[in-house]
Amino acid sequence: MSANVLFDAPGPKARVRNIIYTVIGSLAVIGGIVWIILRLNDKGEFDPDLWGIFNYSGIRQNILDSLVATLKVFALAGVLSLVFAVVLCVARLSEHRPVRWFAVAFIDLFRSIPLLITIFAFWVGLVGDMEPFWALVLGLTIYNGCVQAEVLRAGINAVPTGQKEAAYALGLRKTQVMATVLFPQAIRSMLPSIISQLVVTLKDTSLGFMILYPELLQSARLIANNTPVNGVYPFVQTVTVFGVIYISLCMILSGIATWLERRGRRAKTGIKVAAAAEPAAVAEIVDTAPDKK
Amino acid sequence: MDVLLDNLSLFREGFYGTVKLTVVSALVAIVIGVVIAGCRVSPVLPLRIFGTAWVTLLRNTPLTLLFLVAFFVVPKVLYPDLDSFVLAVCACGFYTSAFVAEAVRSGINTVSLGQAEAARAIGLTFTQTMRLVVLPQATRNVVPPLSSIFIALTKNTAIAGAFDNTDLFNVSKTLSNEGYDIVMIFVWITLAYLIITYAINGLFRVLEHRLEVAR
Repeated sequence: MSANVLFDAPGPKARVRNIIYTVIGSLAVIGGIVWIILRLNDKGEFDPDLWGIFNYSGIRQNILDSLVATLKVFALAGVLSLVFAVVLCVARLSEHRPVRWFAVAFIDLFRSIPLLITIFAFWVGLVGDMEPFWALVLGLTIYNGCVQAEVLRAGINAVPTGQKEAAYALGLRKTQVMATVLFPQAIRSMLPSIISQLVVTLKDTSLGFMILYPELLQSARLIANNTPVNGVYPFVQTVTVFGVIYISLCMILSGIATWLERRGRRAKTGIKVAAAAEPAAVAEIVDTAPDKK
Repeated sequence: MDVLLDNLSLFREGFYGTVKLTVVSALVAIVIGVVIAGCRVSPVLPLRIFGTAWVTLLRNTPLTLLFLVAFFVVPKVLYPDLDSFVLAVCACGFYTSAFVAEAVRSGINTVSLGQAEAARAIGLTFTQTMRLVVLPQATRNVVPPLSSIFIALTKNTAIAGAFDNTDLFNVSKTLSNEGYDIVMIFVWITLAYLIITYAINGLFRVLEHRLEVAR
């Protein structure tokens, strides 16, 4: 292990102790896994009949349909939220005070309401009748747009002021400075955070479950409820299968974010790249940073 | 205005439910999160692997999926007859613990190596190094992200409302079923959430201020 602020490089005694801890630790971790497996086995969850339901072509079709339904919402909400974020971000940085205040209020408001409540309100009829699909897309767009706008703003604020001044000195107009100097650098530096927030968007499509949109988890529940095998409802099996699908989707996307972060750190463009952490948790830190300096 | 006044007791119950869920899940998340962060920085390989797996897995899981596991799988396989509040706290607490663990770990990592080396060089023991030098600095770095993590947690507890828990989302659902205008419900529920999130924000501001040192 490399140098660590918590520990000295281990000497002979510490090395022996570490080996003992390693053995105990492995036993504890393996023991936990074995216990869960035994428990599942006791309850008969490994019964091949229960897993056999995934051989039915109808159920496979269901899985595929729900995957498409999830990806459809994700794609649309992802794109729309980014577009909306650019608009909000420009409004947030506007020189006109009313526009700026409106953007600040809007962002602060929708960031502090649980997304589920926004989506539910749209579904029930906050602005007229709405299909679950559109309620979900609209809710995701507004919430994630607000978060992405803050991410973009943090990125723009992180661009050295000299860049902006130089652009103005060249005679570029406000729009040109934004579009050709600030945004490209901001997006480049914030790309890992933007993608991490897209992972959040993907995860939040699961809220469609509550408004009966037939996305992955909803159809997991339906399959488990509608195909009892020998009187047992295969919840463990469907949750496992759908969980694996969901988690792999998210992990692929987070993998891209981490890869971009590493790549950005290696590149010698002089643009600092943000961490691939979830911006919902980070945006506020980035936010307050300029004030503290 | 009628929605609020007619159903004041229901709103109060929902508000109390959300606060209770948030506070209890936050405590669970802090305990598990610190333990997992400890695993992730420990010199013991299997624990490090376990910690990393825990964080990666939970960060890439939708909370709704965790709720499904908690409400359909856990009662069936592990313990039947658990209270829906306990299950909701488990789901929210476990989910948030991954984020807490990341915050704690990066908090520890921002303490520069020189600090620990200097502490050892002046003859402090391991416990003294931890207690007097490393942990105070790490705490200071952990507090700001924790604030946004707990605000996110507050919002996430809304999902518990869809799973048999009395909270603000549950209240809005009940009232909307009773035929009240969703716009007014939305306004009041939003206000309630704003109160909670601003309270957390203020609390952490105070905490941050108290931990602050002049540099």
